[in-house]
Parts: sequence; C-alpha cells; structure tokens
Amino acid sequence: MALLSFEKKYRVRGGTLIGGDLFDFWVGPFYVGFFGVTTIFFTLVGTAMIVYGAAIGPTWNVWQINIAPPDLSYGLAMAPLKEGGLWQIITVCALGAFVSWALRQVEIARKLGMGYHIPFAYSVAVFAYFSLVVIRPVLMGAWGHGFPYGILSHLDWVSNVGYQYLHFHYNPAHMLAISFFFTTVFALALHGSLILSAANPKPGETVKTAEHENTFFRDIIGYSIGELGIHRLGLFLALSAGFWSAICIIISGPFWTRGWPEWWSWWLDLPIWS
Amino acid sequence: MISNVHGIRFALLITALLVLSACERPPVESDQLGFRGTGMQQVTNPRLRGLESMIPDPLPPAPAAGPKASEVYENLELLGDVPLPQFVRLMQALTSWVAPQEGCAYCHAPGESMASDSLYTKVVSRRMLAMTREINNNWTSHVGNTGVTCYTCHRGNNVPEYGWYQAADESARLPMLGHDAGQNRAAPQIGLTSLPYDPFSKYLVDPESIRVIGEKPLPGKTPGASIQATEGTYALMMHLSQSLGVNCTYCHNSRAFAVWEESSPQRTTAWHGLSLVPALNTGYLASIKEILPDDRLGPHGDVQKVNCMTCHQGASKPLNGVSMLADYPLLATAQP
Repeated sequence: MALLSFEKKYRVRGGTLIGGDLFDFWVGPFYVGFFGVTTIFFTLVGTAMIVYGAAIGPTWNVWQINIAPPDLSYGLAMAPLKEGGLWQIITVCALGAFVSWALRQVEIARKLGMGYHIPFAYSVAVFAYFSLVVIRPVLMGAWGHGFPYGILSHLDWVSNVGYQYLHFHYNPAHMLAISFFFTTVFALALHGSLILSAANPKPGETVKTAEHENTFFRDIIGYSIGELGIHRLGLFLALSAGFWSAICIIISGPFWTRGWPEWWSWWLDLPIWS
Repeated sequence: MISNVHGIRFALLITALLVLSACERPPVESDQLGFRGTGMQQVTNPRLRGLESMIPDPLPPAPAAGPKASEVYENLELLGDVPLPQFVRLMQALTSWVAPQEGCAYCHAPGESMASDSLYTKVVSRRMLAMTREINNNWTSHVGNTGVTCYTCHRGNNVPEYGWYQAADESARLPMLGHDAGQNRAAPQIGLTSLPYDPFSKYLVDPESIRVIGEKPLPGKTPGASIQATEGTYALMMHLSQSLGVNCTYCHNSRAFAVWEESSPQRTTAWHGLSLVPALNTGYLASIKEILPDDRLGPHGDVQKVNCMTCHQGASKPLNGVSMLADYPLLATAQP
C-alpha cells in the first residue's frame, strides 16, 4: 500500500505501553503494537466461537442465530460449552478485544503527543458493554443475567428485561440516557447544518468563516458556543448518553427490583404537596 | 470560586445520597422462568419481603363420630350433614379467622337462639361459606388443591383488608379540559403509574375483553382496540403485578404477549382467576348488598368486592402457597 506523503510524520517510534520495540511497526497503513496483536487474537478466537455456536445451533439464518448465556443455576461458575460456556468464552474474547483496542488507541495517542480523548470516549462504550455482561451479572449473582448474542434474541432479552420493571421509561437513569442521546443528535444536527451551510455558499459567494457561524447563532439564540466548544459539548453529550445507559441497566435489578414507576413514590411524597 | 466548587460538590453529594436512599441494595434473588438468555426472570429483593404471613395453627382434629349438626342445631342451610364435633370445630376456626375480637357474638346475637338470623353478619357469613365451598369445589383451575379458607382473605379482620368499591367519579377538572379517563392519579393499586386508576369496574364485574393485541403485524381496515381500552388493560395488569408481587415476565414473554405457547404456565392460572373474580363479584358479593348496613357500602352504594389483592396480598401464591384447606376439608366438600 502506497505511503501517503504526509504519513511519515505520523509514524513515530516509541510510546508503547508494553512490548517495547517488539511490535512497534506498521503493516501497510496500520500500526500493529502489542495490543494490535492481542486485538487480532481475541477477535479471531471470539468470532470462531460465534461461528462454532452457530454451527451447533438449529439455524444459519443470520437473524436467528443465538448464543445464550448459562442458566441462572450455574451462578458465577463456568458452564458446559454447549449450555452457556460458549457465551462465557465469547464474552472474555469480546472484552479482551475491546480493551486491547482501547489500549492500542492509548499507544497511538502517546506516539502523537495527543490527549487521551479517543481512548476515553471509546472506553465509555466498552464500559456500557462491561456493565451489561459483567457488572450487573456479578451483582445479581449469575452470568445468566447477561444478554444473549444474537440479532433478534438480544432484542427479545431487552424487551423482557424492560418488562421485569413494568415500565422502563420510568427508570431515572434511562430518562437521562435518552435525553442525552436525543440532545446529542440535536446538537449534531445544528452543528452539521451550520457547517454545511457555511461551506456551501450560493454561487458566486465565498465560503463563510467561523465569524459567520458565530454570528448566525448569536442572532438566533443570543449565544454561540464556538468551534472548539461545540466539539467539547458533543463529546460530553455523547459520552453522557453511553454512561447513563450503563447506569440505568446496572441499577435495574441490583438496586431496584420493583416496577420503575414505583421508584418515583419519593416524588409523590415530597413535603411540598403531600 | 473555591467556595462555589465546594457548594456544587456538596449539592451533588446530597443529591447522590437522596437518589441512593430511594433505591434498594443487592444482593437480590432471581428465578429463571424460561429458556436461558431470554430474560424470562423474576427478580426479588429478600429485604422487601414483609414478615412471613402469620398462619394460625390448625385446631386439633375433631372426631367424625356423633350426631349430625342438623340434629342439634336448627336453621342450618349449609353443613347440616356434618358430624357435630367437626361442625363446632369449623365454627371455632371461622370465628378466629374473621372475628377474633368479637367472638361468637359477632354473628350470633347474645341472648337469642343460635338459629336466629337477626344479625346481618350471620347471613353474610353463610353466604361467604357457600362462596368458599364454590371456589374450592369448582375453581380448582385457579386455586388448585391448595384451596382457600376464610383466612385467605380475612386474616383476622371482619372485612378483608383489600377489596374495592366502585370509584366515585372525582374528576375535578373543568369540562373544557376534557375527560381524563381516570389517568394520572398515581394510585397505588396500579403501581403509581399514569394509567386509569380504576380498572376494576371495567374488568372485574361484567368483564370487557381484556385482550387488546391485534392478531396481525400491521393494523388493518377494521379498527382494533382503542388506546383507551389498551390503557385499561395495562392498568388491570399493573394491579395483577402489584397484587402478586411479580413482573410482566412472570406470565408473558414480552416478544409476543398474546401467544399462549410462549407464555409461562402461570398465565393459564391467572386467566382462570380473571374469570373467577367477576363470578364472585356478581354471584356472591352483589347478592349481599341488600343485607349490609349503609356504613359497609361504598360511595355508589355497592358492596366491597374482590380483586386479586384480596387473596394474594402481595404473594404470587396467597399465604405463600400454604394450604389451610387441608386442615379444614369441610370447606371443600360438595354442598349437601
């Protein structure tokens, strides 16, 4: 693969967390590193396990393939391969691959002298997955509380787990997460439309600058967060959405077993009106 | 600036403590109700369980010998064929279940013959005795062999603690705001949800169809159930959930609520219960309306009727499945 003229300055030696110079090389445009090797390893093993699970299952229909966690009776122990053990191995591989990828991002950030914004942001998504398949199952005492690996089966799980708490929209952390998700796309829509407008002027006009962008929002809402600020805000909104998603499932079960509508009895009991 | 940061930290700390204090704490218990990984589970927190229901010890068994009750007592419409010692034992048990403070005098007017029907309570208890036997004999589809006794509902109270009257229509809104269909009252019987707060009048007397799910993936030309009917059904289901201390997945696989093949066996039991309750309300409880004094009637002049909470009282099986009927078989034998 051809090396682009500007790529050389990004190929900085050092900055590795582990392995020293051993894996400090590139394959084509891709940095390898120790964690690149572990990512590939966990990815291949995990994917092979998924294919094996599909092969011993009843269907090759990609929508219906289902690799389910063990019965609750196994608790936090290992289960036989065909009765949830596969799910356990795949979970280990998935977490191995995700964490390796995050640490590879750290190494690249160190090479380039950047902040750790990218690995941090990616880690929030990994934390949400970790919450679902490790934190909550451990708090509830059984791997069987994890979600099954399958396109339709995991949706069925989401539905049933939601109905275990009667009405999941009353979950306060779920409320926060949804609000952050919507606010994220709202901010992205505002930002995206602003940039597209500024960069695509009418025929005969020049491309608009940051001052035009600021003026537009100062005119319309009296305030412009600025070109750096909008990206900080976007990061905060997106990570908050993922973070509160993780919180909303961790508290469902370990910290609340009744219907979520009932949790709000404290609101009804506030001394202001009760 | 520094003090501002401290103030914010303090406010966050207080908020976090308040939020945590509104929650429960692990570890919790969970039962698997379906295939692994489907999320068909019942999760309970043992710290929430109230004191285990105090089930009274059975009275010592009485001999089957002796004269029939009807040879000693007059005006026995029920239980006349029963041997006298067993009859007396049942009366004693019944007194301890329903009127432990008042004793025999709650139903038998002092100074009058035992045969006298002068107290309304005696006439009502005769009717309730017939109802108990009806449930145990003809509704095993719901109560199984566990059966019910007076204690299942009464638990030492003259009138069962949980029941319902037809709700007074206290819609205080201005007419121009429209009818609120009983919503947004956050009533405890529907789990503090915004759903209509009185599903009982609609479904537990002369039941309307509870099922509202369409039979096709997309709505067709013929209209299905209205939003109002759907909310009514969900309110009733909230009541079931509250009364039994269970969640939706105790009976339903939420990917297909209506499909029996994917539901748990408990749904069949609940389905029979939803036929049993209206049968009791119209067949037995409505019939004592003329007998009861006014202070036992609700705002619309109706009697207190039963719902799921009357027997279940927060347990998926009333009294946690302990069969008191086994000690009092007279409450199940066929009516003479």
